[in-house]
Amino acid sequence: MVARVLLAAVLAAWAALAQAGPKIQHWTLDNGARVYFVETHELPLVQVRAIFDAGSARDSGNQYGVAALTSMMLNEGAGKLNADAIAAGFENVGAEFGAAADRDWATVDLRSLSDRKLLDAALDIYATLLTRPTFPAQNLERERAGVMVSLQRDEQSPGAINEKTFMRELYGEHPYARHPLGDMASVKHITRDELASFHKRHYVGANTWFVIVGDLTGREARRIAQATVGQLSKGEVLGALPAPKPLEAAKVRAIPFPATQSHIRLGAVGMARGDPDYFPLYVGNYILGGGGLVSRLSEAVRERNGYAYSVYSYFWPMQAPGPFLVGLQTKNESRTPALKLVRSVVERFVAEGPTAEELEAAKKHLTGGFALKLDSNRKIADYLAVIAFYGLPLTYLDEFIGRIEAVTGEQIRDAFRRRVHPDKMLTVVVGGGR
Amino acid sequence: MRQTVVAVILFALALAGCSQSGKVSERTLANGLRVIVKEDHRSPVVVSELWYKVGSMDEPEGLTGMSHVLEHMMFKGTARLKPNEFSRIIAENGGRENAFTHYDYTGYYQMLEKSRLAVSFENEADRMRNLVLDPEEFGREIKVVMEERRLRTEDQPDSLLYEKFMNTAYRVHPYRNPIIGWMRDLEIMKASDLRAWYDRWYTPNNAILVVVGDVQPREVFTLAEKYYGPIKAREVKPVQAPAEPKQDGERRVRVAAPAEVPSLILGYHVPVLAPGKSAVEWEPYALDVLTGVLDGGDSARFKRELVRDARVAADADASYSAVGRAPGMLYIEGTPARGRDVKELESALRAQVKRLRDEPVSAEELARVKAQVAARNVFQRDSYYYQARLLGTLAVTGLDVRLLDQYVERVNAVTAEQVQAVARQYLTDANLTVGVLDPLPVSGRKPRIKQGGSDHGR
Repeated sequence: MVARVLLAAVLAAWAALAQAGPKIQHWTLDNGARVYFVETHELPLVQVRAIFDAGSARDSGNQYGVAALTSMMLNEGAGKLNADAIAAGFENVGAEFGAAADRDWATVDLRSLSDRKLLDAALDIYATLLTRPTFPAQNLERERAGVMVSLQRDEQSPGAINEKTFMRELYGEHPYARHPLGDMASVKHITRDELASFHKRHYVGANTWFVIVGDLTGREARRIAQATVGQLSKGEVLGALPAPKPLEAAKVRAIPFPATQSHIRLGAVGMARGDPDYFPLYVGNYILGGGGLVSRLSEAVRERNGYAYSVYSYFWPMQAPGPFLVGLQTKNESRTPALKLVRSVVERFVAEGPTAEELEAAKKHLTGGFALKLDSNRKIADYLAVIAFYGLPLTYLDEFIGRIEAVTGEQIRDAFRRRVHPDKMLTVVVGGGR
Repeated sequence: MRQTVVAVILFALALAGCSQSGKVSERTLANGLRVIVKEDHRSPVVVSELWYKVGSMDEPEGLTGMSHVLEHMMFKGTARLKPNEFSRIIAENGGRENAFTHYDYTGYYQMLEKSRLAVSFENEADRMRNLVLDPEEFGREIKVVMEERRLRTEDQPDSLLYEKFMNTAYRVHPYRNPIIGWMRDLEIMKASDLRAWYDRWYTPNNAILVVVGDVQPREVFTLAEKYYGPIKAREVKPVQAPAEPKQDGERRVRVAAPAEVPSLILGYHVPVLAPGKSAVEWEPYALDVLTGVLDGGDSARFKRELVRDARVAADADASYSAVGRAPGMLYIEGTPARGRDVKELESALRAQVKRLRDEPVSAEELARVKAQVAARNVFQRDSYYYQARLLGTLAVTGLDVRLLDQYVERVNAVTAEQVQAVARQYLTDANLTVGVLDPLPVSGRKPRIKQGGSDHGR
């Protein structure tokens, strides 16, 4: 018995040692942009991602949707290039370009073969549209109309209606309340000049993080960073986002919708990135509703009662505290018993915490699967982006296994009791009449 | 200028294409189980996928959706394992797992740290033969599947349109039925139906094991022999699905459902790669290039001409898969731009198709599509899961798995004349089915229509 325990400890230590994260090279450019580079030579490809603190949380006044439209308009015109030339410029060399804005950040991605001629051609255009987008007015009208179609499409989706209502009701006056695309009314009035000035203020070195993964040397990565985000003006660091106010009492919103199922979300304000309770909440949530088909919620709602195909819970850690939420969909007739069941599972977990067996199984999963988190350039880039933007330590991945192993059942119970209050949750139900 | 750029690209891509994709090794066990291993030593991980050659296209009318429900039941216990214990074991080993059911096949996969491959084999082999199919478990799980159908189809206007579209484009071939099954079939399905379905198809000689990862093929074969080897082969009588007769006139279908945005789907019956003919056939590659000319990115015709210039579409997509057990379709889907209607969009899309028939695509377009195909061939090697998925799809369809590496070459050989030839041959009005979604007001209305369908994981 003792021997087995000892062996297990040795193996765990060995595993932790063998499973350090990738070697991250990090430096800062003159204009303040922070660069994170991981060198991988197994495949002849390069992936870069520029991250800006330019998500919809930075939309000001009632200009909801400016951040998103700015991001969408980057490849509509830049320098002397029009939209056709930009698209052809990337695709003729087989490169893939993408730009997106969420609540916290705006990201601009490029994936290319690492052959230097192809890569340089793609990076040249990439740099131009980061630094010199022209926001042609004509194209804005088209993109605006496209956003309106998306917003309209959301209105036919009970899931999208639920998500928007949930964030609006939970966050009230906080910027996270708003959907990144804005709404029909706000989008109507956005002008070209607003996009240009949003870009000028937010797409600046002081507000930039840059991730590079792939088949390059350190010297080449430095050259590329300098030639792209290095060309941005210096600009100013933005102030912190306000803290959201937690709900003071339970709140329920029911929205009728002609569907066979009801979409249900319940939750509250959760935590920010870097929260001291992060690891206990993360491991605890795996047990409650994060662990796919083996979580408590899935076991109760799906496996034992057949109420739902999908039931889950998660924390969404953001710059300011993001939501904790539980979600499911069930036929209208099962709505009441399913909701009651979900509440009781959450309440019990908060009151009692996990069992020793559950905790052990969770740790085994989260540590034993570590290698799977980093088995592609794309996944490495995703982690680098989070480490960079949220200012996590460069050793975050190296320490990950140790942090998980250190979590105790009591820490989980304590963290959930302090952070999750089942009697002060928001519940949103979108679905058909009874 | 253009000539130079094209020359540079093709040269660079030729080099990139040479970069060695991992070695593929193969062995067939005495019981008929085919084992395919692709080495990829980038990370200490392995993905293991077990593919059965049975999908919704093998199902009889009245019991549609059986393959998919059986896929769900595969997690509900064996003689050795309690319900859901399979998933718990994989989770405790740090693994991720799920399954997928398609028209053509059913598959199960686990992704693990490489030293745990035996955990996958031991338990996957167990449920190949020892599934319990308890009627009570079935009674609960069929409810889950019905919820899945409600979520993916019943309450999704575009899925309803697709389901009805397929049911119109195919009159005879079972592709006319949704993978998840019709609701009325799910309602009458019994555990005993699944037992018969399981006994009929789940046998090593009807399965293919695909392993991609940081492994040595010899060790994988030994491990496969140990766990799968003892399972006896049983005779499998394949279903001869009735061939879809040649379509002889345009078909149309409208779906009215609560929705805000109209949409449109056009589909043409087209061939797919046929087993054993890979050396001579070119049509599927030409169709793939044609699809790229229409919708291979922001510089392709749909985005450039319909979305950006004419502003008749909010979005428009073309898709085609060259791999399938039966002839498939080339799909064109679109949403009208704000202030435009489906009729205008349909004429614009049909004009695009007509142009493909009337004139050859430009050298520039051809070069761009080929560059993208070559680059994508490298990009997709970034994912272990996706590499296994591609290998399995080829293998289960009866195609040579070496196609994975030959694909770029074959696409490179496609000419503008060939693209025009397949357009003339297949993209004809007589071979066309059109589906239109008519939005009903969302507010103040009750549901509505029964239909639906899509591909899925557990």
